[in-house]
Amino acid sequence: MAAITERVTLAHRQAPSYRGIWAWIASVDHKKIGIMYIYAALFFMAFGGAEALLVRIQLWQPNNHVVSAETFNQLFTMHGVTMIFLVAMPILIGYINAIVPLQIGARDVAFPRMNSLSLWLFVLGGLFMYTSWFMGGAPDAGWFNYVPLSGGHFSPGAGVDFYDIGLQITGIGTLMTAINFLVTILNMRAPGMRLLRMPMFTWSALITMLLILFAFPPITVNLILQMMDRLFHANFFNIPLGGNALLWQNLFWIFGHPEVYIVILPAFGIISEIIPTFSRKPLFGYESMALALSVIAFLSFMVWTHHMFADGLGPIVNTIFAITSMLIAVPTGIKIFNWLATLWGGQIRFTTANLYALSFIPLFVIGGISGVMLAMAPADLQYNDSYFVVAHFHYVLFGGTLMAALAGLYFWFPRIWGRLLSERLGRWNFWLVFVGFNVTFFPMHILGLEGMPRRISTYAPGYGWTTPNQIATIGAFILLAGMLVLLYNLISTFLRKPDLEQDPWDGRSLEWSIPSPTPEYNFAQVPLIEDRDAYWVAKRQGKELPKAEPLGPIHMPSPSLSPFFLALTIVIAGYGALLHVDWLALIALLAAFWQIGLQLVHEDHGYHVHPDVPAGGAAE
Amino acid sequence: MRWHRRPDFKVSLPLVVTLAAILLGGCGLGKQSTLSPAGPVAQAQLSMLYESLAIMTVIFLVVLGVFVYSLIRFRARKTDQALPKQVHGSTALEIAWTIVPIIIIVVLSITTVHYAFALGTPQTGKGTVQVQVIGHQYWWEFRYPGTGVVTANQLHIPVGEKVNFSLQSADVIHSFWVPELGGKTDLIPGRTNNLWLEASRPGLYYGQCAQLCGAGHAYMKFTVLAQSPADFQKWLRHMRHDTVSATTPAEKAGLALFKQNCATCHTIQGTPFHGTVGPNLTALAERPTIAAGTLPNTAEGLAAWLRNPPAVKPGARMPDLGLSQGQIQSLVAFLQALK
Repeated sequence: MAAITERVTLAHRQAPSYRGIWAWIASVDHKKIGIMYIYAALFFMAFGGAEALLVRIQLWQPNNHVVSAETFNQLFTMHGVTMIFLVAMPILIGYINAIVPLQIGARDVAFPRMNSLSLWLFVLGGLFMYTSWFMGGAPDAGWFNYVPLSGGHFSPGAGVDFYDIGLQITGIGTLMTAINFLVTILNMRAPGMRLLRMPMFTWSALITMLLILFAFPPITVNLILQMMDRLFHANFFNIPLGGNALLWQNLFWIFGHPEVYIVILPAFGIISEIIPTFSRKPLFGYESMALALSVIAFLSFMVWTHHMFADGLGPIVNTIFAITSMLIAVPTGIKIFNWLATLWGGQIRFTTANLYALSFIPLFVIGGISGVMLAMAPADLQYNDSYFVVAHFHYVLFGGTLMAALAGLYFWFPRIWGRLLSERLGRWNFWLVFVGFNVTFFPMHILGLEGMPRRISTYAPGYGWTTPNQIATIGAFILLAGMLVLLYNLISTFLRKPDLEQDPWDGRSLEWSIPSPTPEYNFAQVPLIEDRDAYWVAKRQGKELPKAEPLGPIHMPSPSLSPFFLALTIVIAGYGALLHVDWLALIALLAAFWQIGLQLVHEDHGYHVHPDVPAGGAAE
Repeated sequence: MRWHRRPDFKVSLPLVVTLAAILLGGCGLGKQSTLSPAGPVAQAQLSMLYESLAIMTVIFLVVLGVFVYSLIRFRARKTDQALPKQVHGSTALEIAWTIVPIIIIVVLSITTVHYAFALGTPQTGKGTVQVQVIGHQYWWEFRYPGTGVVTANQLHIPVGEKVNFSLQSADVIHSFWVPELGGKTDLIPGRTNNLWLEASRPGLYYGQCAQLCGAGHAYMKFTVLAQSPADFQKWLRHMRHDTVSATTPAEKAGLALFKQNCATCHTIQGTPFHGTVGPNLTALAERPTIAAGTLPNTAEGLAAWLRNPPAVKPGARMPDLGLSQGQIQSLVAFLQALK
């Protein structure tokens, strides 16, 4: 392969170059943006985890008073908001950023600068929400923030304003990510990579982005309506003046149910990459896997009132939504059985990545079982809002999403960071997390059936809740130990020299076909795709991937600080609105529009990276 | 690289945890358990739990069996030479594991539809009792329409009769849940929801708000006393003809203090005190607990409450009245005479 040198040419004007931390802030490279997404998600995970630990400590024994009831409500609200919006989604979007362009043979995303804006809206929006702790208290009405409890009358503090404004800020970023990756995946695949040749992780990203595109508008409407109520005394949710409490719930769950698939479909995608790789077999039932993703996404918009079975919507509504909810078990079952069939007859290697991926199967099935039980509307009235629900969604979100995210971390670490994480520490990490997870969350099924409602700050003795709560709290500390091992593994790996192995797992998709570290331009020559798992097929045939283009100059986007400053301006406007400093909000919003306008007229043609052989010369 | 390790799945942890949990559950059920139903609604819901759990456990064991077998049988070995057989799919298998779940869902759907209508329709006919439930931050108001009887935090119902509840909220969303009698239904401001329950045997059942309603959410509990229909009628009559007797000097002093400090918020049937902000205190001495299940209804409990309500129950609307020790003792004597 001919070497490529980075000779910057003047396309229109000299591309600005940045050093140190500014090189990261200004980066529009999907790989660096992916890394920053993952770092930020891990950073917020530490906070979300600390909040969960405080909740578990408070529930250690009856009538405990480690934290006050008010603080307890803030803790579980911020735990939920953090884990959903600042950990699960961003870590998966981080992998999608770092890996999907490589999997489809692209040099970057369709809109690199917009990608940077998405990142900074998420990071700064998340930090914005966390400053609530120092500015009068965090949001405390639960992560689904039901009205009228979250309204100005019952929650007069600024906490819920941080929720409303913070989630709007991060939501804009998420929506732009969806548009960006939809265009990228649909338009920028390498020649020959038809939809049904895409790796399953890319498939899951495509469907997830469609879900985001349709699911985020309803919650945005909700957030804007409530912001109007709280800041400008509108009455959308003011019951005495004709507001409607169920309006919030309907709009929230029209978003909220697809949201859980937004964080589980990419997890399905990760598992669908890792299990075939470590079984040395192709994914069983590829077409039905892609179809199942699409059917789940479609059904996810038709099940939202199963979160509202206790609202008294009547038996007709409840049965319709009960049956659509149960139907989701069919495509999900297809996925589980296809993974089992992929394992069947393989040569299974128990790497840490694969241990995490394999553990996903039984844990997600347990979550699926309780899911079907919850879907049975009349029985759900006993489970709803009890610890049974808490157990259920942790089995799918932690046992599902987070286990897959950790699988992905070990699997893609050598591609993203050019190093292999320690397998020895990885095993400690996995087993502590796996045991800790089950010890923490399995007893919660029992607690729910024993009548313990969720979100209670304490309980009296005599309900039979003390022992399961103590087991759960012990489990949470085992989990903490597991995550500390992961932290140690990360730090010690970063202190080592990079191993720069290109393809340590005998990978199947295109991200393993390029040198490590991944060049800035990803592919010196975009490959021509003639098969599913094209890289694997080429390796087995002892050939190189065919190229779709001659070696030539590669067009690269310029780095830019403007997305960061635009995001910062929007956050300042958020503070202005929240603190009722109207002139600040107004000036910041005008400044944001001015910056957007500048982007429209700004001409920047990027730069070119030139090969050190004459353009059009012989490749290879 | 150390690919060729022996499998680490020697013990299936979820199974062990499951067994431990079952043993744990077998140690005795708590006093608010969905697993010890005391009426037809909770019984029906428990039967749905068993039906779905049985079917799903079979599925789980099948998946787990295939999974564990595959991990052991198909683990990578040092002797592996050639690639394993490259299988891309099987239409017959893929159709099979689409059809079988659909059949299971049809079975579970039939149960769901049946009970959704049976349990979700208000009951009519002779012998049904109506109760109006109004949720407040953080206590329960129970009204018996047509009788004039109002009480708080302790619900009386007749055994063997269907009770129709109409559920409303005075402020935020609450959820009415008595696990031993049946599932919960939310109290939503601006709406009236319906729920029916029935107790098959006399007893005291425990209930609790199940929807986050603010700082005092954990302290919004209540009890349900299921009595024979004759006792229930007797109680209704008693509540209507209640008169307040303050005989001892302490009780008389308490009555005067009540008039001064408490009457704007609390009602006691048979007195001129008709405040409606706080719970109705008629026959308070007969309730097992005070402050919505937060404290036992003893002299100590009442005194602790009167000393500083928000310290006992976070977010309580009743303020610290700054009562002296002597005033508290008088008020406690008066409240304990409310029979």
